[in-house]
Amino acid sequence: MQIVRYRHYPQSDLSAALERLTNMRAEMDRVFESTSSFSGSTDPLSRWNPAVNVYQDKDRFTVVVELPGLKKEEIEISLHDDTLTIAGERKREESSEQEFLTERLYGKFQRSLTLPTAVDAEKVKASYKDGLLRVELPKAEEAKPKQIEVALK
Amino acid sequence: MNILSQPKKDQAMVSNEDDRQAVYVAPSADVGSTDVGYVIRAEMPGVEKDGLEISVDRGELLILGRRKPIEVTGELIYREIRPHDFRRVYELAPSIDSTKITANIDQGILTVALPKAETVKPRKIAVQ
Repeated sequence: MQIVRYRHYPQSDLSAALERLTNMRAEMDRVFESTSSFSGSTDPLSRWNPAVNVYQDKDRFTVVVELPGLKKEEIEISLHDDTLTIAGERKREESSEQEFLTERLYGKFQRSLTLPTAVDAEKVKASYKDGLLRVELPKAEEAKPKQIEVALK
Repeated sequence: MNILSQPKKDQAMVSNEDDRQAVYVAPSADVGSTDVGYVIRAEMPGVEKDGLEISVDRGELLILGRRKPIEVTGELIYREIRPHDFRRVYELAPSIDSTKITANIDQGILTVALPKAETVKPRKIAVQ
């Protein structure tokens, strides 16, 4: 048998407060899900939402994300149906330095975006250079604009 | 790599002219301190080594990072990335030896090492 300490409401400890905030955030996300195709990090301790640009031409979408100072293995890219998710974590390097000034954001991040048309999941390519992640998503054949010739009779 | 050089007077004037018109963003940066000096780590995604200009003038460190344009075919349909170049000025502590400042950039993080002058480093004095 497990004994769980009874926690009366309102809970005063920080983690409980953060949990409630996270739940609120999740609720808000659900409310706005229909209007926004972008969703940010749900980690209450992270304010880090890397900036994203999306480009489109007739054959593909190109997503560019600002992720300075990460290692390739710290970036996770996944595609679920038409939703691209980029996630990862920036860890603080262990060092003997004293922090004099801290402005950079650390911790987990996650960005998801739903693409306007179907993409060919097999042909998605990604590269990382100069702190910019670039994901190329070729459109699925059926989603490409087609020119149909109509014979005049 | 030691990229530090005192800008010539006329060059400094020219770049000041440019600065007045250009729009910059200040990069987020951490500053760490050790016994031997300070280290600045600034986030400058999209900046290559060639796009950096770092100079010291009148006790101020100027960091300028010019973004390489993102080469993408197609039309921009959603934008969050600001296209502006990065610029930041730090006032240098008198203890820093400005002739020994070094810098490098890796995956969009500019690291500037600012060593303290030998005379201000803590050291042990041997008792005779």
